[in-house]
Amino acid sequence: MKVTLFIPCFVDMCYPKVGISIVSILEKLGHKVIYPEEIACCGQPAFNSGYWPETRLVAEPVLKRLQDSEVIVIASGSCGAMVKKFYPELFADTPLAEMAREVSDKTWEFSDFLVNKLGVTDLGAEFKARVTIHDGCHGLRELGTTRQPPRTLLSHVRGLELVEMTEAETCCGFGGTFSAKFPSISTAMGDVKCASAIETGAEYIVSNDSSCLMHLQGLLTRQGKKLKTIHLAEVLTSA
Amino acid sequence: MNTSASQFTKDAERITRDLRHRELIQTALSKYVVARDAKKSRFQDWEEARQTAAGIKWDAINHLDKHLVEFAKNLEARGGKVHWAGNGEHAREIIIKIIADREAHSIIKSKVMTGEEIHLNEALEKAGYSVVESDLGEYIVQLRHEAPYHFVFPAMHLTRGEISELFQKELGSEPTDSPEELTMIARRVLRSKYITADIGISGANFAIAETGMISITENEGNARLTCALPKVHIALMGIEKVLPRLDDLALFLPMLGTAGAGQMMTCYNTLYGGPRQIDESDGPEEFHVVLLDNHRTRLLADAEQRDALHCIRCGACLNVCPIYKNIGGHSYGTTYQGPVGCVITPHLRGLQDWKHLSFASSLCGACTQACPVKIDLHHHLLQSRRNARSQKPVWWEKTAFKMFSIVANSPFIWGMIKPFARLGQMFHPLIKATRLDPAIAWTRSRELPKVAPQTFKEYWRKRK
Repeated sequence: MKVTLFIPCFVDMCYPKVGISIVSILEKLGHKVIYPEEIACCGQPAFNSGYWPETRLVAEPVLKRLQDSEVIVIASGSCGAMVKKFYPELFADTPLAEMAREVSDKTWEFSDFLVNKLGVTDLGAEFKARVTIHDGCHGLRELGTTRQPPRTLLSHVRGLELVEMTEAETCCGFGGTFSAKFPSISTAMGDVKCASAIETGAEYIVSNDSSCLMHLQGLLTRQGKKLKTIHLAEVLTSA
Repeated sequence: MNTSASQFTKDAERITRDLRHRELIQTALSKYVVARDAKKSRFQDWEEARQTAAGIKWDAINHLDKHLVEFAKNLEARGGKVHWAGNGEHAREIIIKIIADREAHSIIKSKVMTGEEIHLNEALEKAGYSVVESDLGEYIVQLRHEAPYHFVFPAMHLTRGEISELFQKELGSEPTDSPEELTMIARRVLRSKYITADIGISGANFAIAETGMISITENEGNARLTCALPKVHIALMGIEKVLPRLDDLALFLPMLGTAGAGQMMTCYNTLYGGPRQIDESDGPEEFHVVLLDNHRTRLLADAEQRDALHCIRCGACLNVCPIYKNIGGHSYGTTYQGPVGCVITPHLRGLQDWKHLSFASSLCGACTQACPVKIDLHHHLLQSRRNARSQKPVWWEKTAFKMFSIVANSPFIWGMIKPFARLGQMFHPLIKATRLDPAIAWTRSRELPKVAPQTFKEYWRKRK
């Protein structure tokens, strides 16, 4: 299969290992990875801030660059939700409505793609640690397909012990521009999440969304906590 | 920033710093989630029940004109009187006129959120009447001269100790830590009020078009006494409360109990169908229903967000909202707090004054998932943001997003970000978390991520 990879802007810049891991997983499974380098950002910050015409300025070229893909895999539930769920809404009643729907139909969040499209559950990884999962809200509730896949994939990782936290499905408080517009609320929410994760005695918070992990790691580092965050793809390529 | 927005930010920040307060709310609401989930599992299929309820509400709201007229006709056939109030002022005038015509003095109220919405108590007191709230939570916040903290649990922010102190001060009671004793203290005061009250004012959870009755759900029995003992009963309700058929209650009553308080059914569910009939031995002599619009029709006209009128005021969205749990109910400054409040308040009270509520969300969608009548709550917040900004953009934000589109669409300029970010990162520690820091909103409490030595794009190019 020819897989077009969408790497979110902040993953490109700050968390390249996530993308590199996904490339190696897909290639190991025998797929050809295509990466449209010109794509920078899905446009979510402008969209969530209410500036839809300005969002289209960013999203339209993205859409056009993705339209000929066989299948699109996104390394984030949040940007995945933007392309899959919100592009059709953003472009409704425009000449690109049809294209937005077509692109939406072939877009997958990474873990969902592995488990539900490819039927892969065991990647032969080994990761000796106790971990807990954070469900990113966009994957969990917008896409609605990403609750089980990360758990299925982690259950086959050797040496890994998964301990669920009470607040697994509670928002980490990031929310994009929300984290800067309402920093104290955002931080309070993040603190609740971190406390719940720490309670499990886990060494790592694993998630399929780097944006949530960026927020949580930012809090944990500032507070000098030992708990670390890691993207699912990196766990799956550990040996 | 307008006053309601700056007040919101100030109050929210204060509560986020108050760990004891947040702990209190979070503990209470985590108990709710456990109880609710246990009761949800007693439904044969909760998702199917939600779907059905949403369908019934869709019919009710989309044919509101027909159902309201049917409700009024059926109620008036039994001697009830229906009043149509366009706005809060109109509703207050109607109610005060009914009271004045009876030459009444004292009023007992059971819980009525539309009363909070139109500031009914203040108007009644200004007109010289004494008003007592009979719902225990409402009674407590009335004694404290504050607004309900949660539209289902008005006094959930208070501990037993705080309530005991309040009763000692206001009612002269002995100190106690027992919830039963505290309830008895309030009950002794309230029982005498029911007997002496001339007027009972209630809300309504549902209005049944088919039979012309209102349905009230409660746990304390106070609404029954409020509606049955005084000679006049006035029910104030929003026009969106109407359901087409009596049978619909078979779904909505258990759903309200489950989603609202984690109860299989609320303790008392009563239908009120008019004043005392000739062959009846008790009940009020007069029965009035005031149907309140107060900009609900403005929401009805918005096809995109109309489903917000499906709301049965169960409070489930507040109970699961991570924002509500961390900023508390009073921070909103609205009658209806939490996600549904953030959705409807801009419609009821003006988008530009209340748009900050739609921005004060991480859009996590927990509310939408919890809503028993499937209101698309968090997407409505997104739509309100869009509506607010297309009406009145913030010039610098608009410019910034336009500039961003130029940067994002040019691989060359985009490629320049990395060296700049690296350079910035080198000098950032000098100003980190100070007033000079452009990222202060983030760095006050969090570390920024580091730009990687090799970006993904660089890795990809090298590989090729």
